[in-house]
Amino acid sequence: MTLANPNHVFRALSDPTRRAIFEELTRHGEQTVHALTRYAGVSQPAVSKHLTVLKRAKLVRHRRDGRETHYRAQADALAPMVDWLDRYGAFWRERFDKLEGLLNRMEP
Amino acid sequence: MSASAPALTLVVEREMPHPPEKIWRALTQGQLIQEWLMTNDFQPVVGHRFSFRATPVKNWSGVIECEVLVVEPHARLAYTWGALGPGSTVTWTLTPTEGGTHLRMEQTGFESESGANYKGASYGWKKFIGNLERVVEGLE
Repeated sequence: MTLANPNHVFRALSDPTRRAIFEELTRHGEQTVHALTRYAGVSQPAVSKHLTVLKRAKLVRHRRDGRETHYRAQADALAPMVDWLDRYGAFWRERFDKLEGLLNRMEP
Repeated sequence: MSASAPALTLVVEREMPHPPEKIWRALTQGQLIQEWLMTNDFQPVVGHRFSFRATPVKNWSGVIECEVLVVEPHARLAYTWGALGPGSTVTWTLTPTEGGTHLRMEQTGFESESGANYKGASYGWKKFIGNLERVVEGLE
């Protein structure tokens, strides 16, 4: 297993406001920054910053329509979490093998 | 903490033909841990902060910062696992069986005892993941 890639999704979702924004998008579909700002109850620059982090983590995507920017959740948003489980699963199974090897060599 | 976030709980378990006392040694003595897991400065003391060190690779120092949470000799051991984003918790459970020991490792993501990053979340992580899965299913 390679432990090389820090999980951007985990980081992005570690913030309660970002998590709330993301959950709102998954629940109610595409929304404008204005609507999300009303929902989140923080300033619009703050919401925009959060959206940037979510975008970088590929949790949301956006499209412009005139002066409004619309955001929606990515369909495969959960994939990195599944990947996390897969990779750590492989990691621990390999370590279990090594542990068994050690136990076989150890004094009783 | 084990049952609260099933979607991000990883369980690896195995029957081992060795008594719990012996497995406990392999899980808690630094020299032995090193042989199957990683270099470490582990001490079986609740609250002890330690690190596992793997070979550094690109974008990762190879250091996993941990803190001991539970030490129940020959039965249960838990520590935080501070790598790859917000921490997870690793819990070892040893159950004696007829032929040896049932060893269970459970790693739970998004739960951190120090929790600074996400204390104050107004809803549970489990609920969040549950909702998310539902929605993602709907999208596909």
